[in-house]
Amino acid sequence: MMLSDWTLWLEWFIKSLVLIFALLGGFAYLTWYERRALARIQSRIGPNRAGPQGLLQPIADAVKLIFKEELVPARADKLLFFWAPIITMVPSIILAAIIPWGTSFTAFGREIKLYLADINVGVLYLMSIASIAVYGIVLAGWSSNNKYAMLGGLRSSAQMISYELTLGLSFVTVIILADSMRLIDIVNSQRDIWFVVVQPVGAVIFWIATLAEVNRAPFDMPEAEQELTAGYHSEYSGMKFALFFMAEYQKMIVICMIAATLYFGGYREFPFLSNTFFSVDHTWTLGSWQITNWFLGPIYLFLKVVVLLFGMIWVRATWPRIRYDRLMSFGWKILLPLSLAIAFITAVGILLADVSNNPVFFWAIPVLSIMAGLFTVAVIYRELRRKAYERA
Amino acid sequence: MTLDLALFLILALVAIAAALGMLLSRNAVYSALFLVLNFVTVAVFYLLLGAPFIAMAQITVYAGAIMVLFLFVIMLLGAERLPDAKVLPWQKPLAYGLAFVLAAEATYLFVTRARPEGDILPPEAAVNTLDNLRALGIALFSDYLLPFEVTSILLLVAMVGAILLTKKEKWERK
Repeated sequence: MMLSDWTLWLEWFIKSLVLIFALLGGFAYLTWYERRALARIQSRIGPNRAGPQGLLQPIADAVKLIFKEELVPARADKLLFFWAPIITMVPSIILAAIIPWGTSFTAFGREIKLYLADINVGVLYLMSIASIAVYGIVLAGWSSNNKYAMLGGLRSSAQMISYELTLGLSFVTVIILADSMRLIDIVNSQRDIWFVVVQPVGAVIFWIATLAEVNRAPFDMPEAEQELTAGYHSEYSGMKFALFFMAEYQKMIVICMIAATLYFGGYREFPFLSNTFFSVDHTWTLGSWQITNWFLGPIYLFLKVVVLLFGMIWVRATWPRIRYDRLMSFGWKILLPLSLAIAFITAVGILLADVSNNPVFFWAIPVLSIMAGLFTVAVIYRELRRKAYERA
Repeated sequence: MTLDLALFLILALVAIAAALGMLLSRNAVYSALFLVLNFVTVAVFYLLLGAPFIAMAQITVYAGAIMVLFLFVIMLLGAERLPDAKVLPWQKPLAYGLAFVLAAEATYLFVTRARPEGDILPPEAAVNTLDNLRALGIALFSDYLLPFEVTSILLLVAMVGAILLTKKEKWERK
């Protein structure tokens, strides 16, 4: 790679801009989507005044936030107070850099691939960026010089460290199944069967761990408004607050993209469509034109992300926040052993299936995993019943 | 000057500045953040050497896990503001002496051995195996199986010890 290859730099630049603007637009309309969906679930109407169906509401909110006064608390650490929102924002954007959104197409005499970066340790990259995402929140809490904000920051750091292990182990199952850490390989190896079918428990564990990583309900302890006013961003106002908000929603989008990539076939079509007209590899002719369905990739990914985002909103509308000590013991005593067991079952199943060439071992993976998951649920149920009995 | 060399020189300056900032900062939170910056710069060095796995592991383990715990403890104890510590009389000369010994040794090794005919391997040979994850895994579980397992037992013992220390209070209450 040479500096003189300016077309390559131009291509990267344009792709980055597309990605950033997609995330910004996604953030704006995710807020609208969430408020409307939540309202629907709670038998309300939600924002419907600004524009048709309230579609201009995000713009109105943005204008409001820009013109709000920004306050800096007395004796706050000015430097870190300024940088904390930015430090929170950056990981949520760069996380998206390696997610593939499609195959490739030819234009201007060169093959343009529909992803920004293809690195051979992709999954590990996700892990490392997710692990440094906590700094912004912790620093925001500390620099505000406010006890509530500080408690929110401490809670979030403890919570994120605890759930990171589980997240990593659920990544491990995917790596074992795909036999690669490259996200492109992971997507392509789900051509015939999605990993959510092979490893449903792994997908659920991944989902719970990511909810905890992005501080969404029911794991939104860092900002629990009844206990900590607003947690780590209590003291923030105006655009600085908007940055935290933006980071949270962009992280939601990116995490749903990752979930789609790891467990739901990424930009690929449903497995039963794989040899039909709707496949992303399908090529057809229109007169003298050869057209490959590359443009279906981003559409499939978008649809999957919308469905997964609805899942997140649904979870928020349905479950109450769990108590902090229970959050910790759930992470360490239940999710971590379960994810270890899942990783073990997957590894042994793949090994035996490879050695004996017998697909029975492969299908033993989902069966045994579901049994382990049901056993865990039974243990939790028994424990909760015992506690309720002791209290009574 | 190639692009790699320019990147290396800039990053080296950042790494040294971050290390100095870590040492000289009077606020423990800033010290921790400077150390994070230093770790991330070192991770970029690994990337420059063509070892992305080690780079990512560096960020995940050091910047992502260990330093978050450091920050957590600093903030939890409220130990961020250091009082002006009393300078121990023997500390400074000892530090200078040790630093001089280290610098002399490093210079000696660098001058005598870091030549093509010397016995320090050129980075490519070591890195080519580390770039390939499969090769790394096979190396860990064949050539380095014993150290790997011993390390895991060591970590397990440390973990059990930590849990035991936190459990102690409950036993005394009985």
